[in-house]
Amino acid sequence: MNGSDILERLATGINGFDQVALGGLTRGRTTLVTGSTGSGKTLFAVEFLARGILRSGEPGLFVTFEETPDDLRRNWASLGFPIRQWESEGKWAFVDASADVEEAPVIGAYDFGALAARIGHAARQIGAARVSVDSLDAVFTRFADPGVIRHELARIAAVLEKAEVTAVITAERADEYDHVSRYGVEEFVLDNVIILRNVLAQERRRRTVEIVKMRGAAHRTGEWLFTIDPRDGLVVIPLAFLVPPFARASQVRVSCGNDELDQMCRGGFFKDAIILLTGPSGAGKTLTSLKFVAAGLAAGERCLAFTFDESREQVRRNSAGWGIDLDSSEESGLLRIVCDYPEVASLEDHFIRIRRAIEEHKPDRLVIDTLSALERIVSPRALLDFVIALGSLVRQHSITTLLTSAPAGRFTPQLTPSIAGELASLTDVTITLRYFEHAGEIRRAIAVMQTRGSGHDPSIRQVTIDADGMHIAEPVTGPAGIFSGATSPLTLPGAADPSAPENPQPDG
Amino acid sequence: MAYSFRLYVAGQTERSLAAEANLRALCESRLPGGYELEVVDAIEQPGLAEEERILATPTVVRRVPLPQRRVIGDLSDHQRAAYALGLPERPGPTRQGDEE
Repeated sequence: MNGSDILERLATGINGFDQVALGGLTRGRTTLVTGSTGSGKTLFAVEFLARGILRSGEPGLFVTFEETPDDLRRNWASLGFPIRQWESEGKWAFVDASADVEEAPVIGAYDFGALAARIGHAARQIGAARVSVDSLDAVFTRFADPGVIRHELARIAAVLEKAEVTAVITAERADEYDHVSRYGVEEFVLDNVIILRNVLAQERRRRTVEIVKMRGAAHRTGEWLFTIDPRDGLVVIPLAFLVPPFARASQVRVSCGNDELDQMCRGGFFKDAIILLTGPSGAGKTLTSLKFVAAGLAAGERCLAFTFDESREQVRRNSAGWGIDLDSSEESGLLRIVCDYPEVASLEDHFIRIRRAIEEHKPDRLVIDTLSALERIVSPRALLDFVIALGSLVRQHSITTLLTSAPAGRFTPQLTPSIAGELASLTDVTITLRYFEHAGEIRRAIAVMQTRGSGHDPSIRQVTIDADGMHIAEPVTGPAGIFSGATSPLTLPGAADPSAPENPQPDG
Repeated sequence: MAYSFRLYVAGQTERSLAAEANLRALCESRLPGGYELEVVDAIEQPGLAEEERILATPTVVRRVPLPQRRVIGDLSDHQRAAYALGLPERPGPTRQGDEE
């Protein structure tokens, strides 16, 4: 390193990874990337070079022990990495250490002096800034002695350091939560260690990346979700989408589609607000979101709606029932509705789909109905990450966003305390619908729990739903504790959130 | 020449010197006057090592006669080395299946 005390960073360009690493890998050093089979190690190694070329034309050297250069060229063309072309431009080179050499009989002691020399030579030839070595296992399986492995790895690391490149070396690990690497010595030789995990949790595949160590440099800790997208490659969520918070830009108010609710919010929502609407099944969430869309369409705004609980037919029938004509708006291109069952994809992939739809459709309004359905497929923490990423995304585009969420059970909603508070704090407006008992009847009530940057009507108001839609009436004066749960086990204000892994009913 | 070898080494290490000495001794006893041996230092000529895709050092390549043969290591076991490189005679039981 140069004399400076502060380690310089090299931004990898891998979506979201540099945010985990707080700027990137430490420049001029070698990082071990370990993971089980299929965890995305080779992709990491390939992308590390490709992003360098695409972003800043930094030449990259790929040392391959497993796949042949031909296979690599072919396999990664689909991600838009024209390796062959880069080779002809002198931006990419291979050191081909795959196959056949191992066929030779071994008699007596040997080392990887020639390999180290070839790597150093090739790196100098193209002026490599980045080097990927994939993967150690193919050559190291022949050594029984950890001392030898340590020695040979140190030899390669020394060559890389001398060449002043920033390097990634991949290695296999046998178990997801056991030793860092198969031989148990790699992590002691190298300054930086990253683990890619690929585990089944609740019958769902879950990929995470964790920086286990980065000597002399700060980084985020813990496991971060990522997905492997056929178009964008490795995408770390939610960090790939976080932008620095900026001052609220919009003082423009838009209608939510219900006059009385607009009034409760002192004139509608801010244009760039994120609204969380919670309530049990049948309380009026889907109706409210349909009206929200209809109001947008009436104002000539582009709308995008994701529904995870209902089929397209159900949505159409519901909306027709309320006199809302979605078909013509879809035909005119103003509206796009996406109906998906949560189970068809991982949450990360759902997120990528939503992002893509936002990029393509460029909506002014977005509805996600419901978050609770998504919670069926992930942990609360993952759902929180999803909302964080989504929040950052819609704020960048000033999209008025309505998220709905249903606690489990109509009268005894169970909280998900781990994220309830956080979820409410990520949104600008929180509105809660509730059932309550009055004079032997079940009635509905609504309350605006918070509106950031604006006042609101604090009263709990009774709600009726008829053929024209939802009507908000006078404040409820009857029983105390509809929202606070003082007299009945209802959800706490502000803590309203999705919950309930067990089948929320489609409402509408 | 009936036999031609190229020995790849990495630097003037003990291992490099041992490999060369072992190979020379072997050739002198089995191919007196009938071989040529070129020693290539992969550190000085990495391009050659790249061309022949040499990974480990020492590696000896039998270039003539064809087909090529390769043996990795310092050749400390003469008996096995001679067999692996296909050198003629020198009686004693030729052990099979002990490669690797």
